[in-house]
Amino acid sequence: MKVLVPVKRVVDYNVKIRVKADNSGVDLANVKMSMNPFDEISVEEAIRLKEAGKATEVVVVSIGPAQAAETIRTALAMGADRGILIKTDEDVQPLAVAKLLKAVVAEEAPGIVIVGKQAIDDDSNQTGQMLSALLGWGQATFASKIVIGDGSADVTREVDGGLETLTLKLPAIVTSDLRLNEPRYASLPNIMKAKKKPLAEKTPADYGVDVAPRLKTLKVEEPPKRSAGIKVPDVATLVAKLKTEAGVI
Amino acid sequence: MAILVLAENDAAGLKPATLNAVAAAKAIGGDIHVLVAGEGVAATAAEAAKIDGVAKVLTADDAVYANRLAEPLAALVVSIAGAYDYIVAPATTSGKNVTPRIAALLDVAQISEIVKVVSGDTFVRPIYAGNALATVQSSDAKKVITVRTTAFPAVGTSGSAPVEAVASAGNPGLSSFVGAELSKSERPELTAARIVISGGRGMQSGDNFHLLDKIADKLGAAVGASRAAVDAGFVPNDYQVGQTGKIVAPELYVAVGISGAIQHLAGMKDSKVIVAINKDEEAPIFQVADYGLVADLFKALPELEAELSK
Ligand SMILES: Cc1cc2nc3c(=O)[nH]c(=O)nc-3n(C[C@H](O)[C@H](O)[C@H](O)COP(=O)(O)OP(=O)(O)OC[C@H]3O[C@@H](n4cnc5c(N)ncnc54)[C@H](O)[C@@H]3O)c2cc1C
Ligand SMILES: Nc1ncnc2c1ncn2[C@@H]1O[C@H](COP(=O)(O)O)[C@@H](O)[C@H]1O
Repeated sequence: MKVLVPVKRVVDYNVKIRVKADNSGVDLANVKMSMNPFDEISVEEAIRLKEAGKATEVVVVSIGPAQAAETIRTALAMGADRGILIKTDEDVQPLAVAKLLKAVVAEEAPGIVIVGKQAIDDDSNQTGQMLSALLGWGQATFASKIVIGDGSADVTREVDGGLETLTLKLPAIVTSDLRLNEPRYASLPNIMKAKKKPLAEKTPADYGVDVAPRLKTLKVEEPPKRSAGIKVPDVATLVAKLKTEAGVI
Repeated sequence: MAILVLAENDAAGLKPATLNAVAAAKAIGGDIHVLVAGEGVAATAAEAAKIDGVAKVLTADDAVYANRLAEPLAALVVSIAGAYDYIVAPATTSGKNVTPRIAALLDVAQISEIVKVVSGDTFVRPIYAGNALATVQSSDAKKVITVRTTAFPAVGTSGSAPVEAVASAGNPGLSSFVGAELSKSERPELTAARIVISGGRGMQSGDNFHLLDKIADKLGAAVGASRAAVDAGFVPNDYQVGQTGKIVAPELYVAVGISGAIQHLAGMKDSKVIVAINKDEEAPIFQVADYGLVADLFKALPELEAELSK
């Protein structure tokens, strides 16, 4: 069984982003970029499936600018086998990403696609569910555990009330949540080896997919700032303030 | 304009998030219908019929909807979507699970977690963990939207809408429900609580969360946590507040032993009053706290409990 993992290049989770002065977007000049953390978790899971003999090959795909090749190389250094870069400088929104991934699935015929639950830049939380709809496959979002069986997978999901488990008929889509695993770091020898692993380059046009955005961003603003309040010297003062000043208890 | 709101419901009945989703639908403006899907939903539908501003309640009563599996639920919504300009759901794990599937089947974009309705096609939504607010305009004929519940105050429940059954859309048989391990608590639900008290890595263990529990019981508060506390196994996953956990905006949020990473702030910075208890006076949480107490939590929490008992 082949595992397909989409990986998105995003602003590193440690970066405190800045909104551009003209409100046209977020300033991405000279900002550290990394693999979306949920995609790292997906890559790790796919590699573990291969190590456990449940998967035969791990293919990663990224849609983005030329630099997204670095994100693919990171996944290859972790242990993925092969990469596909669908190169575009457009802002490709989740529905279009899902359509491109559907086309990749048609070529690669994976047994499972492990998508990140959410990209930490657009915070959309859509792509996996959309891909699953377009393929007519089953889905299990927000996974904290995946057990591959014979033609099926049992997936434990993190939901508002706690955890729930579903059985999916394979092939299927799973989206990874934070507690699925802890991703490994790539070792130096593996980073060197990754440079020789195959990385195919394509464009959205190769797949005949229209990636024109459906949502137009009219403006991007800073949220209202919260300012720091006061420090209280002790618990008694805190409680007094909450009672009389804030009136919340 | 006709708007279909997907009710958030389970075996126990209607969930409050439905009332926030209807509030967003009202802000869009139009004829609002609420879809209640589930098994044995008569009582839930009667509850939904009372929601202010709702013109009609639709019920889909079938065992296939009992566990809110995404595939049958999306198929159901798509089967009746022709009559609607908007499909709106609360941004709960259930809403987030199913709505993108509906959007893709309709070949439209989803507008995730809106916090404001600017006009019929323009909405504000947070991006980058809430560090920026994007105003986006949709060019799709049908709009599929999830709603950040904390941004739309719940509507009242003094209405009386008619209830009508719709046909089940069957089961594509792609997934099946095995079981659930749901957290049980006597306390209010995290996302609906008036007061939330959360613990972080500084709590050191799950046992120490009893220190928070006692205070929560005194205040009628819900207990939450940072990701670090959940990852360390102190508390279950459904306690997590933040960018990738639950979004809360209570009257009072008390952060104990939490440093204040952007991902945590994303889930609580719209709270009315924020209190932080942390032994590190440089902790970023103090930059958003109305009242900061620099103290060892193992000393401060028992004191707080005693003070509240006075
Ligand atoms: C993709 C992604 C998604 C994430 N999503 C979330 C999310 O949804 N929610 C979330 O919370 N985090 C999230 N995080 C994690 C986030 O970046 C932080 O790592 C996390 O919030 C830290 O938790 P903490 O504040 O409890 O731990 P720490 O940062 O370790 O802070 C512990 C604090 O406790 C204080 N402390 C220690 N002992 C005591 C004591 N005895 N008395 C008083 N104070 C004490 C310390 O001074 C410190 O400030 C996410 C991260 C990533 C990469
Ligand atoms: N441009 C992209 N390239 C590769 N994968 C993507 C891209 N955009 C989204 N994804 C995948 O979809 C997941 C969810 O993204 P989103 O729906 O945008 O929150 C990400 O974690 C990735 O796995």
